[in-house]
Amino acid sequence: MSPTSTTATQPLRASAPIATGRNGEMRPSALAFLLLLWLSLFVAFAVLITLLITIFLTGQNKLSTALLFNFPSADPDEAGARPAILGSVWAIGATAVMTLPLGIAAAVHLEEFADRKRWFNRFIELNVQNLAAVPSIVYGLLALAFLSMLGVTNKNIVIGGAFALTLLILPVIIIATREALRAVPREIRDGSLALGATQWQTTWRQVLPASVPGIATGSILALSRALGEAAPLLVLGALVYITFDPNGLLSGYTTLPIQIFNWTGRPQEGFHELAGATSILLLAVLILMNALAIFIRNKFQKRW
Amino acid sequence: MRKSTAKIFASTALVLVGALALSGCGGQPSGGDTSGSGASGGGLTGSVNTDGSSTVAPLTEAAADLFRDEESGVNVSVATSGTGGGFKTFCAGETDVSNASRPIKDEEAADCEAAGIKYTEIVAANDGLSVIVNPENDWAEDLTVEQLNLIWGPEAEGKITNWNQVDPSFPDQAITLFGAGTDSGTFDYFTEEINGEDGAIRTDYSPSEDDNITIQGVAGDVSAIGFLGLSYVEENEGVVKAVAVDGVMPSTETVQDGTYTPLGRPLFIYVNNASYVDKEQVKSFIDFYVANSAEIAERALFVPLTEDQVTTATDELASLG
Amino acid sequence: MTAIIERRGGPASGRAPAPASSFAGRRRPGEFLIKLALRLAAAVTVVTTVGILIALLIPSLSFFAEVPVLEFLFGTRWAPRFADASFGVLPLVTATLWTTLIALLVAVPFGLGAATLLAEYARPRVRKVLKPLLEILAGIPTVVYGFFALQFVQGTVLRDWLHLPTGAFSVLAAGLVMGVMIIPTIASIAEDAMSAVPQALRQGSAALGANRMQTTLRVVFPAALSGIVAAVVLGISRAVGETMIVAIAAGNQAQLVTNPLDQGQTMTGFIANAALGDSRVGSLEYNTLFAVGLLLFLITLLINFISIRFVRRFREAY
Repeated sequence: MSPTSTTATQPLRASAPIATGRNGEMRPSALAFLLLLWLSLFVAFAVLITLLITIFLTGQNKLSTALLFNFPSADPDEAGARPAILGSVWAIGATAVMTLPLGIAAAVHLEEFADRKRWFNRFIELNVQNLAAVPSIVYGLLALAFLSMLGVTNKNIVIGGAFALTLLILPVIIIATREALRAVPREIRDGSLALGATQWQTTWRQVLPASVPGIATGSILALSRALGEAAPLLVLGALVYITFDPNGLLSGYTTLPIQIFNWTGRPQEGFHELAGATSILLLAVLILMNALAIFIRNKFQKRW
Repeated sequence: MRKSTAKIFASTALVLVGALALSGCGGQPSGGDTSGSGASGGGLTGSVNTDGSSTVAPLTEAAADLFRDEESGVNVSVATSGTGGGFKTFCAGETDVSNASRPIKDEEAADCEAAGIKYTEIVAANDGLSVIVNPENDWAEDLTVEQLNLIWGPEAEGKITNWNQVDPSFPDQAITLFGAGTDSGTFDYFTEEINGEDGAIRTDYSPSEDDNITIQGVAGDVSAIGFLGLSYVEENEGVVKAVAVDGVMPSTETVQDGTYTPLGRPLFIYVNNASYVDKEQVKSFIDFYVANSAEIAERALFVPLTEDQVTTATDELASLG
Repeated sequence: MTAIIERRGGPASGRAPAPASSFAGRRRPGEFLIKLALRLAAAVTVVTTVGILIALLIPSLSFFAEVPVLEFLFGTRWAPRFADASFGVLPLVTATLWTTLIALLVAVPFGLGAATLLAEYARPRVRKVLKPLLEILAGIPTVVYGFFALQFVQGTVLRDWLHLPTGAFSVLAAGLVMGVMIIPTIASIAEDAMSAVPQALRQGSAALGANRMQTTLRVVFPAALSGIVAAVVLGISRAVGETMIVAIAAGNQAQLVTNPLDQGQTMTGFIANAALGDSRVGSLEYNTLFAVGLLLFLITLLINFISIRFVRRFREAY
């Protein structure tokens, strides 16, 4: 029984499955295997859908403008997530301002300027990979220690949380930016250098603009991850009942994930509904951010 | 190529600026938090920082809610580090008000004095520290103090693990225990009254500074037992139920007339004298708190002050101002 | 001025050329500062790691001055804040092991199954749709997973539907949901690893008469083994470091877990819970927080190192 596949040239990646003749594929064990594989994918999606449905069912009653505009309250019917929404905006805004320049600059250095043969630069690369996998709560401890060292006693300030989040997503931004920079072909750099530009001019005027879509995509995804983080902020005292709008870098604050955590821990059904509704809100924002990232990638990504 | 780059930068910048602008001015329907007259009532601004007991926190939160209707420009924050935790921040001068479900200890008073913090103790409400069980628990409806000591004392650690060890007529079911953590005034009060010494307790239970966790734990387990402030029981009627202690069920009446003993107790707020005198918003908040204590207690489902207690509190305040 | 260009053949690779020293471009003074700034930015990452180590070590050293290391590592009673205090971290570690194990039991089969499907069986167009959908699982905030674990998995499924003897919190519920959360992590790395296996191997196997299942099991899996191991190890790292799901759903009782239906407090759960209270800087409670944090950091560091080595091996093999 010789196989009848006629695949000629195959690219390195498995872009097309290899047909090996119908008899082999129809064997019961092969079919069972395929079924198991589809099942595992199915289970993963089933859980995802169950999660989304339960969240939606729990939270739908409380989806209203009250959620957006009211302050927290002991009465679930009157409570809203307003300080949390604004706190999230402030925290993510401050994080973006701090982490984007830092991460992009670091990535540019590692990718364009650093001599990769030197052990020090390889060490930095290894270090970045490690930092990307450190548990998020450790970043909270780091920020806590840093604030204590500075003598700041009230740890519930926006800049403290932003500091923790900045360091948390910095490795992610570096890795994503490096990927984007790597995608720009050598010819662009070579051509620029051939015309007499210095390396920095090449980077600044050719490579970076060309990799902006990739960087933008990576940054938005990283920021959306920061938006969903709660653990480091818990350590920094963001779990607090506030009746005001966070309004500055040194202001007290809380964030959407922390608010969800707060309401989840309360026994009354009304608060569970609020937690569900806030989860829906948070998921909606995350979906928007991810959609924006994908849109940027698809629309502006250059095909070299 | 340049144009699309510019477009991306511009649109991202616009979005960021827009978001910050919205947060800065858009979302405040009732008055501003910068100086300027608020739309509803007074024009005070500034912050009032409170921290401490998670038992007292709902009361202070209710006060903050009602206060906001009068002074919307004042930022009141209520943190819950536990009574002990609250005193630590209070005696470091970081908070204006400390919520406490037990009186200040001598060591804590000494810390405050060493830091130069002068304070005033005000009784804000009453509480019947309640022992709770699951609604489907029909055997432990009345427990004596001795039985509670048997369940919760330090010697019980690892040993008293079953209900029928408490009373042979109880079913053969494992006990799960939930309660306040070590920073909590409820913890201090309960251990002192039931186990005879502040801090003496078995350690194999689920401690939390957040009483809501205790409610959740007991509500989800038929053979669980817990202890926390009465207001949480009242808020969660049907979800958990209180146990009679030495024959007396905790309620507003039994707490106010003293028959719910030894677990009836006053709840306090400690006010930093300097904050009260120097910060107008703190004075306004505390005055409001005391003057409206009955309404606040009712809103938060606490046992309100007796008439004598109200008079004492008002006098204390007058001596402050 | 002339710029010297090194001629190198081959397809566009996008790798940056060797540093500027081999090019005689006109030097502009500001560039030195700019390059210095870039270098400093890269150095921030090193500073971060050093910062984490210092931030964790200093309070930990104070901690170990009061609590013997052996008692910490091997003691079985964790009651750090009580009057009769004990600092044996084993209950926290065993709870972490339990949640991680349960999570892996869920994530490894389903993750590898999904990865195999995407890498070996799915057509490119199907893959393009399914892969992002799987990534959605990774994008859901862990708080929302925690809410789901407490409300639905523990409350509805385990208690109401299955009538299991369990309370309001359990290690099982937290572990199961954690497993679902790390499915995409394992799936995506394993899928990368399997896709990197050259077609030639599959073709050879097909030429010998194997069907796709046999090829997958006997050729692709062994060839991609280091990548698959890297994926699993990374999944372990994520499970060990996860905080919110366990903080919400696993409970607060630090005990040596023997039954997954019981509560348990993991290392991350303890840090989150303890941080909610107030610990004065320099106090034993404050230092305990960092001692557990140090242990957590070292464990994940070790796991990450192992994972990175495996990733390197599979990326270099082809």
